[in-house]
Amino acid sequence: MIAAGQLIALIDFSTWVRVLTLADYNTRLVVLATTLLGLSAGIVGSFTLLRKRALLGDALSHATLPGIGLAFLIAPIFALNGKSLPVLLAGAAISGSVGMLSILMIRNLTKLKEDAALGIVLSVFFGGGLALLGIAQQTPEGHAAGLESFIYGKTASIISQDAWWIFGAGAASLTVLVLLYKEMKLLCFDDGFAASQGYPAVGLDFVLMALVVLVTIVGLQAVGLVLMIALLVIPAAAARFWTAQLLRMTLVAGLIGGVSCMIGSLISAIVPRLPSGAMIVLTSAVFFLASMLFGVQRGVVIQWWRRRSTRRRIDRRHVLRGVYELAESVSPAGEAESGIWVTTTALMQKRSWSTGRMIAGIKRLQDEGCLRVRQQDVTLTAVGLIEARRLTREHRLWELYLIAHADVATERVDRDAERIEDCLEPVMIEELELLLEHSTIGSRVPTSPHEIEIAPSSTGGQT
Amino acid sequence: MSDDTGWLWALDGWIIAAGVLCAIASSLVGNFLVLRRMSMLGDAVSHAVLPGLAAAFLITGSRHSLPMFVGAAIVGVLTALLTQWIRSFGKVDEGASMGVVFTTLFALGLVMIVRAADTVDLDPGCVLYGAIEFTPLDTIRWLGVDVPRVVITLGIVSLLNLTFILVAYKELKLTSFDPSLADTMGLRSSWVHYTLMTLVAITAVASFESVGNILVVAMMVVPAAAASLLTDRLPWLIVTSAIIGTLSAILGHLAAIHVPAAFGFASTSTAGMMALAAGSLFLLAMVFGPKNGLVIQAVRRQHLALSILGDDVIAYIYRDEEKQSVAPEHATPVSRQWLQKRLLATTGATSVVLWWYRATGRLEKSQLGYRLTDKGRRSAVLLVRSHRLWEQYLVDQAGMASDRIHGQAERLEHFTTRDVRNKLERETEFPQSDPHGSPIPAERESDRQG
Repeated sequence: MIAAGQLIALIDFSTWVRVLTLADYNTRLVVLATTLLGLSAGIVGSFTLLRKRALLGDALSHATLPGIGLAFLIAPIFALNGKSLPVLLAGAAISGSVGMLSILMIRNLTKLKEDAALGIVLSVFFGGGLALLGIAQQTPEGHAAGLESFIYGKTASIISQDAWWIFGAGAASLTVLVLLYKEMKLLCFDDGFAASQGYPAVGLDFVLMALVVLVTIVGLQAVGLVLMIALLVIPAAAARFWTAQLLRMTLVAGLIGGVSCMIGSLISAIVPRLPSGAMIVLTSAVFFLASMLFGVQRGVVIQWWRRRSTRRRIDRRHVLRGVYELAESVSPAGEAESGIWVTTTALMQKRSWSTGRMIAGIKRLQDEGCLRVRQQDVTLTAVGLIEARRLTREHRLWELYLIAHADVATERVDRDAERIEDCLEPVMIEELELLLEHSTIGSRVPTSPHEIEIAPSSTGGQT
Repeated sequence: MSDDTGWLWALDGWIIAAGVLCAIASSLVGNFLVLRRMSMLGDAVSHAVLPGLAAAFLITGSRHSLPMFVGAAIVGVLTALLTQWIRSFGKVDEGASMGVVFTTLFALGLVMIVRAADTVDLDPGCVLYGAIEFTPLDTIRWLGVDVPRVVITLGIVSLLNLTFILVAYKELKLTSFDPSLADTMGLRSSWVHYTLMTLVAITAVASFESVGNILVVAMMVVPAAAASLLTDRLPWLIVTSAIIGTLSAILGHLAAIHVPAAFGFASTSTAGMMALAAGSLFLLAMVFGPKNGLVIQAVRRQHLALSILGDDVIAYIYRDEEKQSVAPEHATPVSRQWLQKRLLATTGATSVVLWWYRATGRLEKSQLGYRLTDKGRRSAVLLVRSHRLWEQYLVDQAGMASDRIHGQAERLEHFTTRDVRNKLERETEFPQSDPHGSPIPAERESDRQG
């Protein structure tokens, strides 16, 4: 959709230089102000996210509208200019606070949940605000007031005053969060415990919401409603994928928020007619997507990788033990030896696993040097035998323990033992040996306490 | 209606009809959103559909309503789906994933519109917010009457939602109240869920392109939340929320005309006022609700506190009579101040209780102070009997130390019925006195003699 003229603008090198070196006063201001806002919103947003109130900013930013309308309407009575920023900000702050108290009241005094409280406050306050603005538009001054721009923002025309407001609000909220860090942490992770320890949970909630109101109000008139919500939610949600630790999460969220704002507003300055607010949201959405995929703590890829390696570890265990048990069943000495060949068909029948998974498991063990493969047959190598013996022994020790001490029925121990065997530490094994006081001490593999199911004609010949 | 506000049934009637239908359609699905703790979905969808509208417009090149509706509905459903995916794949909580999805989609739509703005004139405000005031202007002739298109659309959506609720009632009920039970029973909750999400998206789109988005957001949450404070049963919840929604629409339109007029202004945003009216009705339900309202709760608490204080007063006077070694009729009356000090009660509460007990003939007042009537003494006997039996029981059967039982018995005595007293007596093998040595009075005076 980019027209030819825009393409030329895109490759116009001087624009790039001018924007990236922040040569224009206006660009500098917009980038600085939005970056500061992204930083503080990311940090405050982390706490509201963990408090499971991510959409608090949504509700509170809508809740400021009636205050703006009312401030505009009644300011002339006190001989103030209804369009002056401090008057409108005061109005927004007051109605935002009333909204915040309403949320707390609905949540604490009725059986309704968080989301309903947010939805009620959002829609009713915004409706009231629309009604008030409808009246305000009829006043002689109100017609061109552009009161709505307060809600929808005017990112490109940020003035230095806005930047100072944002800086002030950011600094104030950071100070509060640093001072109340421990309390807020407790509130976010376990409010019941916080209350039982004598922390004023409602008071802390109030402080947190007040911070959201503060950041929202200064942000609203600079960047608009939807961007403000996005800045409170997206960086914090993205940061959650990178770390499980609160301090790091707030820092990452602040970083993502700040960087998205910087990149977004720069793109908007370079390419004509890309609204900076929307570009900031989209940039942070890209960060979110990247974090969701590649985040090292809870990212989709790392989770898939973790699941895969767990599955492989378990498959390896099952293949080795399966081959061991099959070999054991045909061994004249009653113990598996290296060089007893068993068929993969028999191995397949031992468990309900997919052929693909079993073959892949055998392949990996072959590469590892634990198994030797001859067409359809496999056998343990010397190394593989030691490993298989260890694994089988762990499994059977645990089975014996379950039978002797946990009163688990013999038919069920196999499955129960499989669930736990992967988590057994060497120390546990030693304890099991002592507990069982069996002839199991040493490296001998105890005989299985239950019958091992082996399909007929399951084994290959001996070499 | 008064002439100076210019009420016209042809206009205002249709505006109210549109509002009512929007309220009904929204509150029908809204109940389940509130129950599933997804109240913010209406808000999210109504912001998120912007790229759908923009895409439909860019593709067809017209502002025809059908393609726009389809585009918006598709993105609306997509919003619900994406929210669900981010929630399950990324393990992000509902609200946050909703926030991520709708702000991103909104920004995308904004960019599309701004980029397209050189070829066409498409104002985001105009795309986003229909106005309920313009409802009567766009009409379709139906059965010989000029019916506004909006009314027909919203009527169809209401019917659609109603049909879905009736057809999937059992599944909706179970999956909303107890999703894990629904899963164990093998109910496929996902199709119910996704159909519900689709209907939410359709309702939101149909409503906001005609009557404005704030109205649908309000009507999805507020009537349902108000109704849930009034009733616990699902059928009543649905009916009540529809009634509250209807009332809000009517009151809202009246308020939009008459409230500004009182201050010398012309009428204001009807949709805004309808939301405000819904909010007021919610507040009424929250404060004056007959079952869970704040007032009734406060009254119940106060009533309980006063009746416990009343019990304490007569039991205290009874014990005082016991200590004086004269016949009860000749015991010294007690003053209010003395009772108040002993029972750590306020003047107000004690005065109310004393007045009430005199009025019901359980206390009598003389120059010297208060004393029990025979009726009052009978009540006091039962209380003291409960108290002492409990003390005996707690020491005897529950093995508590005798210095710790008084507080416990003090709490239990107010809620002990005759049956329980008899059982306690049997369990403790018919004791004559409590662990502190005070006599346990008989249930009735005649019992002692008999």
